[in-house]
Amino acid sequence: MDNLFQHYEQKLAESGIAETGATLMGVLDADLEWNRMDPLCKKLTPLFDCLTINSLLLIVPAEPYRSIIRFLAETSHGPIQPQDCETRTFLHDIPVCRDLNPAAISSCLQIRKGVVTPDYGIVTHGSVSIEQAFVSCSSICFASFVKFFSDYLSLAASGGLTGPHRRLFEKVWGLIDPMPEMDSTLLEGPFQTEFEVRTAMMEAGSATVKKRLVDSYFGNISYCCDEVLYISQTGSSLDDLEHCIDPCPLDESSCASMTASSELPAHFEVIKQTGARAILHGHPKFAVILSMDCRIADCPIKGECYRKCDRDRSVCGVPIVPGEVGSGPYGLCNTIPKALTGKSGVIVYGHGVFTSGDTDFNDPFRRLLEIENGCRREYLKRVEE
Amino acid sequence: MKPGKDIFGWRGKYIDIDLNAGFYEVKEHFADVLLKFLGGRGLAGHYLRNTIRLGWDDPRTPLLFFTGPLVDTPSPTSGRMTIMSKSPLTGTIGDSSVGGTFGTNLKRAGFDGIIIRGCSQFLCGVEINDGGIHIIDASRLEWLETGPCFSALAGKGSVAVIGPAAENGVLFSNIMVDRRHAAGRNGLGLVMASKNLKYITVSGTRKTRVFDPEKLKKANEDVFRLTAASPFISGKFGISRFGTGALYDLMDSRGMTPTDNFKKSKFSSAREMNAFAYKKRYGSGRTGCSGCHIRCKHIDRMGNSLPEFETMSHFSALLLNRDIGIVAEANRICNETGMDTISAAATLSCYAEISGKTLSGRNIISLLTDIAKGQGEGIELGRGSARYAESKGRSETAMTVKGQELSAYDPRGAYGMALAFAVSTRGACHLRAYPISHEILRKPVATDRFSFAGKARIIKIAEDLNAAADSLTACKFVFMAASLEEYAGVFSAVTGVETSARDLFEIGERICYNERIMNFANGFDAADDILPDRFFRKDADDSGQTARPIDKDAFLKTLENYRRVRGLTGSGRPDPETAKKLDLTLIPDNTKHG
Ligand SMILES: [Zn+2]
Repeated sequence: MDNLFQHYEQKLAESGIAETGATLMGVLDADLEWNRMDPLCKKLTPLFDCLTINSLLLIVPAEPYRSIIRFLAETSHGPIQPQDCETRTFLHDIPVCRDLNPAAISSCLQIRKGVVTPDYGIVTHGSVSIEQAFVSCSSICFASFVKFFSDYLSLAASGGLTGPHRRLFEKVWGLIDPMPEMDSTLLEGPFQTEFEVRTAMMEAGSATVKKRLVDSYFGNISYCCDEVLYISQTGSSLDDLEHCIDPCPLDESSCASMTASSELPAHFEVIKQTGARAILHGHPKFAVILSMDCRIADCPIKGECYRKCDRDRSVCGVPIVPGEVGSGPYGLCNTIPKALTGKSGVIVYGHGVFTSGDTDFNDPFRRLLEIENGCRREYLKRVEE
Repeated sequence: MKPGKDIFGWRGKYIDIDLNAGFYEVKEHFADVLLKFLGGRGLAGHYLRNTIRLGWDDPRTPLLFFTGPLVDTPSPTSGRMTIMSKSPLTGTIGDSSVGGTFGTNLKRAGFDGIIIRGCSQFLCGVEINDGGIHIIDASRLEWLETGPCFSALAGKGSVAVIGPAAENGVLFSNIMVDRRHAAGRNGLGLVMASKNLKYITVSGTRKTRVFDPEKLKKANEDVFRLTAASPFISGKFGISRFGTGALYDLMDSRGMTPTDNFKKSKFSSAREMNAFAYKKRYGSGRTGCSGCHIRCKHIDRMGNSLPEFETMSHFSALLLNRDIGIVAEANRICNETGMDTISAAATLSCYAEISGKTLSGRNIISLLTDIAKGQGEGIELGRGSARYAESKGRSETAMTVKGQELSAYDPRGAYGMALAFAVSTRGACHLRAYPISHEILRKPVATDRFSFAGKARIIKIAEDLNAAADSLTACKFVFMAASLEEYAGVFSAVTGVETSARDLFEIGERICYNERIMNFANGFDAADDILPDRFFRKDADDSGQTARPIDKDAFLKTLENYRRVRGLTGSGRPDPETAKKLDLTLIPDNTKHG
């Protein structure tokens, strides 16, 4: 169990969402074990009796998330309601509890992935693994970040900002990660063997995580070689792909990639329609924030922009398209390939960025950085306007 | 939770038929029984309990057909029901969840279930429709295969029928429903044959009432959205497009294909015998149970069922057969004669190991035919691999738990699956907890398939979930995408009973514990929750084609943890405190394997 605890303490530290040393993890099999003893364990233990779970995670968010989440919790008057894709499909909303009262926390956790308590932090749970709790924490931080900056931008546009809000924004802006830069080149393609493909995917995946371009729920990555599309598995971490790449023959003669990323249909179509070989998908925050910055009042599809918006939108010259995960009528596989034809990057409304390249991951990775950094500059410009 | 005054979802009534007397009664459930056991597997278990110490062939032992409250409503994947009795194959409780339209028709005829007791003087059929319940002479169908029976009974609604295998005493005989759906495992067909009952038909026209149709519509949308986003169900390579056979490639890629009677875990011809190959050769028609949008059942150009994953795997790799045509033919024979494909194939592979030869395609077909006809070597093989191997002094070659053959997942490749096989209340069964969901399919997230860490509790919780699913009833596959959260919403909308996921889990726990109590009353204890020794042996094979053996000490430790989480004593005895907490009582006294 100690290995497991260490693994997640390290993951939390690397992702920059949790204050190190303050995390509490409890895992229940026949017995309940905690990563360390803390007076709060006593408050959390009853949750195992009233929820059908086997793990609990309490993190104290690191800055800037701490200030952001505290602000959202104090001003939400009820659950925090972000509008991004992550929240829509996964979190629904983020309930807020004033303190660590087990009954109140458990009634939130019965229907939600996690709960925010301004004075203690974020509590999340898992029904089969602490991994679920980690993913939920990460999602909550991502969604809160996106909501904070989205709200600020629309208030700035409508002239509704107050002095304290401005000062908080300035403080938080000073605390966010510096702009990521490409500091070395990745392996050069085209790759000829399965081994080369896997090595390159692992390298590019790690780089994407290291630059925090997939803060939240996993991105995905693929490469096509010899009529086989190699793609990361569903729910795999891009920095841990060694056993998590599925081969998917383009003639669909094997179902072995049933465990591939749920965005396989989109990757598949991009490869087929654009001739690209390498695809990278991440969730960089400012691209997501700007993709939702639409000032059209009284739009007839309001509330369904994420899948129905048919306006020609773009930011920094990068097209913004709607689309849902999967192969349904509003599936990303219908919108992304078109947008990536003759282009190397596309932003999906409220969700993330897809980039592609013809030989290896250098172009897609560079493009992902450019788009995110461009969007960050553009964000500040729009706020200052 | 409390029931409303008026009944929604359930019909509140069941039929109790006594074939000795040729007499039936329509009965109402006692007030709290529905809320305690829901329906399907839970309710059948409740009604089985009082007679559980009798032999499977005792006329007083009931054969139960039970549906759940969601059946015959627009709830997603609700077309299933449970058939239950005492298992001739294992001596445990015996049950099978089966699709088709039987459950839907039964509800429309106005009933939640049928209990059949006694033994008819003559080979009979039971016909149920809006007009009443009739016991009919079925001697014209004696020894007839299931296909001709279905044709002969066309127009009478949904049909459940046994084939010649059951009439010839095969311990793993099935009940076939609506031509394509098998109530497999455990030998329930033989219980039906012991009652001199060849078939049951049911048709009805009175639609089950739903408490809040608008709320149900909304609750259903959540389920549809989640299944649409599930790669396993709706994805490019999911079961909707390829049938359960889609798993064949996946098991191959994970080195988990039971090969040559579980001596190996990798089959060199797997790539040529996958779902894609069947599609190419036989076409790709689809059908499904009533009330299901997933429609995972695949049929050929003539409308015949194509083999399910387990059948594809065991009739190829387990027997070293490289001919797809033989798999399809074996599947056809099993369905026509009414035999469980998993047990049939595994018994043949046990036979092959003992006789020291690889069976040719022709051998496979002729032995299957002999089993179904009860002739030649087929007589002994029809008793299943555990009894067959024991009679030859070679028990170590029977790949069984509690006398039932393992399905097509090598437990050495997924330790949760190893545990789940061992602790299942109906003998080796992959569906009781289906840990393949997280160990292989990565849902809701991936767990380490080569580790026992956390698995005791994970398996217990999954067993409770699936017991609830089998009782609602809903298809277990839908829970690869949705959860009991969504189904609590569906259940509340249908029945008007406010319920949480937590409530449903508790009912699931009660159902599992009730089964544990019944099995213990027949002498099953901790010692029976074990895997064949082959999976622990380090000298099993050095070809590199076999998964690493399981560490037996770690496995036993995990079993111990499981018993603690399940609320059983160290020896596997149900504990009065846990029983009380679940509002159950223990069955006094016990005899070993009664
Ligand atoms: Zn994404």
